[in-house]
Amino acid sequence: MLEIRNLHAKVDGREILQGLDLVINAGEMHAIMGPNGSGKSTLSYVLAGRDGYEVTAGSVLFEGHDLLALKPEERARAGIFLAFQYPVEVPGVPSATFLKTAVNAVRKARGEKEYDAFEFLKLMKAKRDALGMSEDMLKRPLNVGFSGGEKKRNEVLQMALLEPRFMVLDETDSGLDVDALRVVAAGINALRRADRAMLVITHYQRLLDHVRPDVVHILSKGRIVRSGGPELALELEAKGFAGVMPGAAA
Amino acid sequence: MAALARKPATTIPFGYGAEAVARPNEPAWLTSKRAAARAVLAAGLPSPRVESWKYTNLQAFATQAFAMLSDGPADAPLALLKQTTIDRPSHRVVFVDGRFAPALSNVGAVPSGVTIRSLDDAISSDEFVVARRFGALADASSNAIAALNAAHGSGGVVIALARGASLTEPVHLVFIATASDRAMAFHPRVLIEAGEGSALTLIESHVSEAGAYWSNPVAEIAVARDATVRHWTLQDQARDATHLALNAVSLAQGARYESVLLAIGAGLARHEFDVAIEGEHAEVSLDGGYLIGGTQHSDHTTRIVHKVGHASTREVYKGVLDGRARGVFQGTIVVEPGADKTDAHQLSRTLMLSVGAEADAKPELMIYADDVKCSHGASSGALDPAQLFYLRSRGIGEAAARALLVEGFIAETIERIADEKVRAYFTRAAGDGLRAHGGALS
Amino acid sequence: MAETPVLTRAEENAAQIDALVNEKYRYGFVTDIDSDFAPKGLNEDIVRFISAKKNEPEWLLEWRLKAFRFWLSLGEDEPGWANLRYPKIDYQDAYYYAAPKQAAGPKSLDEVDPELLKTYEKLGIPLAERAALAGVAVDAVFDSVSVATTFKDKLAAMGIIFCSISEAVREHPELVRRYLGSVVPYGDNFFATLNSAVFTDGSFVYVPKGTRCPMELSTYFRINAAKTGQFERTLIIADEGSYVSYLEGCTAPMRDENQLHAAVVELVALDDAEIKYSTVQNWYPGDADGKGGIYNFVTKRGACRGRNSKISWTQVETGSAITWKYPSCILQGDNSVGEFYSIAVTNNFQQADTGTKMIHIGKNTSSRIISKGISAGRSSATYRGLVRIQAGAEGARNHTQCDSLLIGAKCAAHTVPYIESRNPSARVEHEATTSKISEDQLFYCRSRGIAQEDAVALIVNGFCREVLQALPMEFAVEAQKLVGVSLEGSVG
Ligand SMILES: Nc1ncnc2c1ncn2[C@@H]1O[C@H](COP(=O)(O)OP(=O)(O)O)[C@@H](O)[C@H]1O
Ligand SMILES: [Mg+2]
Repeated sequence: MLEIRNLHAKVDGREILQGLDLVINAGEMHAIMGPNGSGKSTLSYVLAGRDGYEVTAGSVLFEGHDLLALKPEERARAGIFLAFQYPVEVPGVPSATFLKTAVNAVRKARGEKEYDAFEFLKLMKAKRDALGMSEDMLKRPLNVGFSGGEKKRNEVLQMALLEPRFMVLDETDSGLDVDALRVVAAGINALRRADRAMLVITHYQRLLDHVRPDVVHILSKGRIVRSGGPELALELEAKGFAGVMPGAAA
Repeated sequence: MAALARKPATTIPFGYGAEAVARPNEPAWLTSKRAAARAVLAAGLPSPRVESWKYTNLQAFATQAFAMLSDGPADAPLALLKQTTIDRPSHRVVFVDGRFAPALSNVGAVPSGVTIRSLDDAISSDEFVVARRFGALADASSNAIAALNAAHGSGGVVIALARGASLTEPVHLVFIATASDRAMAFHPRVLIEAGEGSALTLIESHVSEAGAYWSNPVAEIAVARDATVRHWTLQDQARDATHLALNAVSLAQGARYESVLLAIGAGLARHEFDVAIEGEHAEVSLDGGYLIGGTQHSDHTTRIVHKVGHASTREVYKGVLDGRARGVFQGTIVVEPGADKTDAHQLSRTLMLSVGAEADAKPELMIYADDVKCSHGASSGALDPAQLFYLRSRGIGEAAARALLVEGFIAETIERIADEKVRAYFTRAAGDGLRAHGGALS
Repeated sequence: MAETPVLTRAEENAAQIDALVNEKYRYGFVTDIDSDFAPKGLNEDIVRFISAKKNEPEWLLEWRLKAFRFWLSLGEDEPGWANLRYPKIDYQDAYYYAAPKQAAGPKSLDEVDPELLKTYEKLGIPLAERAALAGVAVDAVFDSVSVATTFKDKLAAMGIIFCSISEAVREHPELVRRYLGSVVPYGDNFFATLNSAVFTDGSFVYVPKGTRCPMELSTYFRINAAKTGQFERTLIIADEGSYVSYLEGCTAPMRDENQLHAAVVELVALDDAEIKYSTVQNWYPGDADGKGGIYNFVTKRGACRGRNSKISWTQVETGSAITWKYPSCILQGDNSVGEFYSIAVTNNFQQADTGTKMIHIGKNTSSRIISKGISAGRSSATYRGLVRIQAGAEGARNHTQCDSLLIGAKCAAHTVPYIESRNPSARVEHEATTSKISEDQLFYCRSRGIAQEDAVALIVNGFCREVLQALPMEFAVEAQKLVGVSLEGSVG
């Protein structure tokens, strides 16, 4: 589904991704773990098409098409979704207005019928209840004054509504208490399907207790330095990053 | 030390273009700068109709005559010398009634690359350099305080740090005014050049015996590339004094200028900052605290011009007004065309403790570039009743609770001073100032 | 490697933002109609001419002449403190009175020239009552005269007077004489003085005690004739315990010359009364090169005379080459409330210097100011506001929020508040920010599939939301369109 080959990317003139290779097939969930500053968020922004993240070499194919040629909104419409590590506050724009605008933009691009206000409210209510979010929250301006946990739930709600094919979750687990983590994880699991794939970026094993990745990668200095099964995450938890680097004493 | 007899030499009314009087031994360029400044003042002192003087009226001084001191040895009361002593080493430069007082100063040894000289000395040894710097930042043609100083001034100090030089100990400029039977006027000029990568901490103290006089110091501070100047000023003068001060500052790339000003004294005071950011990644930080009562008038007028982008300004002024005092904050931040990525934030807060006090604020943003983040905030009001209640519910008496809150309010400004001993010196002055105000605080 | 696109992202952003703010001026047409003009120029005879045209009583002529003589004494010395640059106005090179020729004072809509009815239809303001917007009564002012007022009879049945000010002078002289100039005296400022001398028409509203006006009252101002200044005068009085919501809209043809509009609006709210005054100002702004456009110098002031009275100004300023306007509140009555909600959009070479004054005199008076400025092109927008707490305004409160959004590197935004407090128990808070549209917000929206231009609209809409919400529904839609934002997508 997603093929990343020898990806190099610069931010502010500094090369952050330095030859990253990653192939993710439909139905799979991959996890990326890595120390702070190793380039995890950079990778997620490059996939979503953020300005200022300059790809200097390499390619990213999404279902065989050149993902990098698309604008951010075209990627979203093609089925890419990024759950932001730091969701952005947009004052004055009610969350519900934003959601409806986004969902209809994506549906229209897919040739599906746009929802009217009533249909949308019904749909939103169902998804929001599953995530334990209040109606009041969605009347408030997008992410403004939301707690860390509320912002993350809102990201997962957007993901559920937009029905993407490929999802990147950038530290969606950080800042969540135990109960919220369970709810968010359930939200993520509900979206797993044979024709979808996910890339979960995290620091902690604790999310991976709830969502079981097929493959775990370790990212360091802009490259994937080790890959393995779910047990790699456990090893990492026990030994720390230094301990799992290739060449580290066993 | 015995008080020496002093004799006022000339009497000059302000605001009117008295003919340029060439001073003995004065270089021609200085005479001509003085003459130009007098010409500017020919129209009189700025009236409240001039926008930047809307809230501070100097017209009462327009016809008043002040006396200038003739040269001669100066002396100062021991109490004031003691009061301005900080419990840490410093290069101490004392001015009495506007004149450099070598006998009372203790400049001490300075590292190579650093010079601290009186203006007169600097002129005689480095005339060309002084001529270039004098008036380069404090523009007499557009700024009344600069013009007054240039027109009437004599004396001052020149501090220069060569590239990479740095002073471990602060320079402490002490300006003392003594009691006199005639209203005096002092116009000292401070010229500072902090060379590339140098670091300087400057402390300024303005204190006096009781009496009416006019103090009009102007500092021109050029901060070169990657240099840092920290500037901590205490203005604690007699309640009859008039204090019109200007700090004109320029910053090159990567330069830092940090000012903390505590203004407690003078009947009418105006502290102006005129800061030009000429280089990217420069940082300006201005903190001001003023604590006034009675019929005191304390005006804080700042203008910060971002001429280039990628630089930042942080400005926080806090005023406490008791009695019938009037506090004025006028802060302008200008972002010139193309100065993208400017980050400039300004805050003015005023506590009004009594009926009859007046707080005027005019925080201004003038933005000519789009990629900027600028903000200002201004508030005024009484002490927070919720905070007062909280303290009182813990058994603290009302007066004590109020004093505590006011102290805390001003302490936030003083805490910006990085040196513990200097902080203690300012805190002491603030405490004395608080106690000096009766009314709501006692 | 990604191919180099034709436009960089930043350029694309700029182009789309441009498209958004550059929506064509839709009201630029001219109505071909025969008009009566006063002779060109300004002198005492013109003042007498206007007064005579309107069959005014002697006292009003005297008042006009007093104002005119005072204006002469000002020596064409326009206020110079605003952040505005414009060539000197030649006051002799304009007509001060232009009125469509028609049967004097049409009694019913049937008598109104069909050309005029068509004009208003084209502007989206149908005057025929059956076609009119439900719940909105309209006074239509065309150049110097009111051509029609709708729903007058229905309102009259409740004791509400809604008519042109000329008619009010004739029919309700005691009210006009008592309140005219009582909030904005004839010597108030250069433009108000000029207006006092030569005002032609405008609306008059009186809402009697305890009456809640059941419909929105509105005036639609249209400048049509060339070289003509419009000097309207509006006076609204809300008697004790009454309520009225009043709207005004303005448009003008596209012309290369500048035209002067110098209005005065006076509001009086007595005990427990409330006036809500909304403006959508869309005078012709001039073309992309800064040619033409209306010079809009307006004095608007409301007096909260009574206890618990309230005056609320809401303005959406998108038009005019020059806007000079500070709708203000004099908060005299104890517990009175003043509000000012403003959106000012400037583009191309437009200049706006606008804001408010809140003068707190009574005890426990409160005021709230929300100003949103959006500048694009080479335009300049200044917020200028005064909050003054007088010594007797025990317990007064003010909160001010001024935000400016910059679109493009050549525009300017200034914030110049004056905050003066003389009462220690008063609390005054002012906050202001200036920035461009956040790249982070744009990217976040786009990463959810929302197109660039929709994302900009969404964000600008959010930026203005608090002000748009203060507008009556009928106007909010129009206003939102005007700031380049659609309500599309609003849910719940
Ligand atoms: N906008 C930016 N400008 C400059 N450097 C950046 C920017 N964003 C990230 N970086 C740098 O890139 C590196 C990788 O950051 P990031 O991808 O956020 O790491 P992670 O998500 O793995 O913690 C860090 O060194 C960070 O400082
Ligand atoms: Mg990260």
